[in-house]
Amino acid sequence: MSEAGMSTQKITLAKGLNMGLRKAMEADDKVLIAGEDVGKLGGVFRITDGLQKDFGEDRVIDSPLAESGIVGTAVGMALRGYRPVVEIQFDGFVYPAYDQIVCQVAKFTYRSQGKVKMPMVIRIPFGGGIGAVEHHSESPEAQFAHTPGLKVVACSNPVDGYWMIQQAIAHDDPVIFLEPKRQYHADKAELDESATPEPLFSSRVVRKGEDVTVLAYGPTVKTALKCAEAAEQEGRSLEVIDLRTLSPLDMRPVYESVRRTGRVVVTHEAHVNLGMGSELAARITEECFYSLEAPVLRVGAFDHPYPPSRIEEEYLPDLDRVLDAVDRTFAF
Amino acid sequence: MNDPAGFGPDLAEVFGPSQSDGGPELVQLLTPEGERVHHPEFDMEFSAEQLLGFYRDMVLTRRIDVEATALQRHGELGIWAQLLGQEAAQIGAGRALKPQDYVFPTYREHGVAWCRGLDPLKLLGLFRGVDQGSWDPTEANFGLYTIVIGAQTLHATGYAMGVQRDGLVGTGDPDRDMAVIAHFGDGASSQGDVNESFIFAASYNAPVVFFCQNNQWAISEPIERQTRIPLYQRALGFGFPGIRVDGNDVMATYAVTQAALKRAREGNGPSFIEAYTYRMGAHTTTDDPTRYRLNDDLERWKLRDPIERLKVYLRRNGLVDQKFFDDLDAEAKELGHHLREGCKSLPDPKPLDQFGYVFQEITEELAAQRDGFAAYLESFEEVQS
Repeated sequence: MSEAGMSTQKITLAKGLNMGLRKAMEADDKVLIAGEDVGKLGGVFRITDGLQKDFGEDRVIDSPLAESGIVGTAVGMALRGYRPVVEIQFDGFVYPAYDQIVCQVAKFTYRSQGKVKMPMVIRIPFGGGIGAVEHHSESPEAQFAHTPGLKVVACSNPVDGYWMIQQAIAHDDPVIFLEPKRQYHADKAELDESATPEPLFSSRVVRKGEDVTVLAYGPTVKTALKCAEAAEQEGRSLEVIDLRTLSPLDMRPVYESVRRTGRVVVTHEAHVNLGMGSELAARITEECFYSLEAPVLRVGAFDHPYPPSRIEEEYLPDLDRVLDAVDRTFAF
Repeated sequence: MNDPAGFGPDLAEVFGPSQSDGGPELVQLLTPEGERVHHPEFDMEFSAEQLLGFYRDMVLTRRIDVEATALQRHGELGIWAQLLGQEAAQIGAGRALKPQDYVFPTYREHGVAWCRGLDPLKLLGLFRGVDQGSWDPTEANFGLYTIVIGAQTLHATGYAMGVQRDGLVGTGDPDRDMAVIAHFGDGASSQGDVNESFIFAASYNAPVVFFCQNNQWAISEPIERQTRIPLYQRALGFGFPGIRVDGNDVMATYAVTQAALKRAREGNGPSFIEAYTYRMGAHTTTDDPTRYRLNDDLERWKLRDPIERLKVYLRRNGLVDQKFFDDLDAEAKELGHHLREGCKSLPDPKPLDQFGYVFQEITEELAAQRDGFAAYLESFEEVQS
């Protein structure tokens, strides 16, 4: 504990999210949590641990096992003036709710010409690397970022988890909130609750560098930072940007960086084909064409379904594959 | 006006064994021939004023439907979803509502919209292509039309769960307690969302009434394709009562819906009403029912017309004079005029406005797209000038 006393502590991402949810529920009694096993169990990842005990069954709602039902009833609660925060247990289970998300959640404000608010947060643990069975390691973010009417963010670390979940809940538009499940109980970070957070829909340079810009979000931010350390030993300076927001994209820090480095590698666990990297590459090309020394390279998943977990480390973008792409940006 | 028999102690008798034992399946208070009949559980007395009100509502609702259909034929609407034949189901259900109740409609609830006091002109916007729902749902507690089949039943259930949390159920104050009604059709009963909404509503004892207009057809597919048991019997499997009412009988539909809403408001949970009716028109104006159903069917259902039977009853019992019909005819003509003229003058949407409706807080990137599009549009104006 630091000199600041109670206001700083070392926390995991799971703890940060849990504390953030608690803060949001304390701040606004219209905030409700719904999802499978979010009550007594505290969720399968324990993100909602202790919340039902403290806020009651009316505010932390164990749902029947039906994802469309969870999101569809949350739409109704939002129409009634509540701010539902729903938990989808795993990324691969969001698809039964896909219709409610893209046809209803995303469109209510538009259909009503802004008369209806849809302040809802849909939390989705995403990404792989936990040795899980199929449907438990996916990265569906592009499907939501492709949908007008949704805002999509991804946290990458405990401190962002704490602040971003509160900001998402306080926001009046629906937010798909992606949490890198591999990081839930991994690294700890120092949280200062008295700090002022950056805006929710903003990217952040997490490591300054000169030679190549590496864009990452969620679970690949850690990979990118490791790459930067490794590259430094080889005399290469990587600038790492944690995108944090996927829709809208906050391109300003990206353009500023690319104009200096001229080289970009984007890395995500999702499929490369029509993934976030494709959109980033297109925008960078449109905006920074004359600054580029090489095409924007993408490091992500191959176009086969998520593999059996014994080989997932070969499939996920890792240090070597990202560094290989960094090398290739010098080959043009 | 008396309340219908309560849903309290007689609940199992009303909804349970008496139905599945092959008891009086169809709740009816007015036969197709205009004979007043009585029902052991749902009988109620109606004042002449109330019945004339129902009659007026049904005639004007049919007029809205006829006018809108004609407007589509004239090219003023892109499409129209007709309700011909379903007037009693909708007026019975709509008039049973209290102002504080909340309605989640499909895209065919023109009669319910009428009961909520919505200017029917507002219904035309969606079908003309000038908006996707022009009314504020909070003004008359009438939700936006929902095109995705059955999606609104989950919204209704969630809304009802919100009402529970607001403490507006079972307070004992009938002017305060709220119920939510979800409209859908026989085709929707096959949707996962509808079945999930039943499960959620039952699990949380939500104050919601599921009102299914079984009009026998889901576009070209007959009811037999959706279900092999009477729809109302499904409710028991989900853990709440279901009942089949003659959906062409406005009195019975009113009585049953009022009882179900009361049950919900009092905190006794969800129920399911199957309003047994018939879609006398096409699914929409793009449909051609002659390809899949027999004219005989339609002729048979014409004999059960919801408006005619009430007219016969009113006349036979001396509850009405010719002046009433003349006045109503004039009112219908006026309404038709309002719709025809109003429809043609509905303003087209503005392309640049569309960007502003997407979010409560527009994003920078979307604002940039709008501004870019605006500059592009302006570039043509410069060329022209």
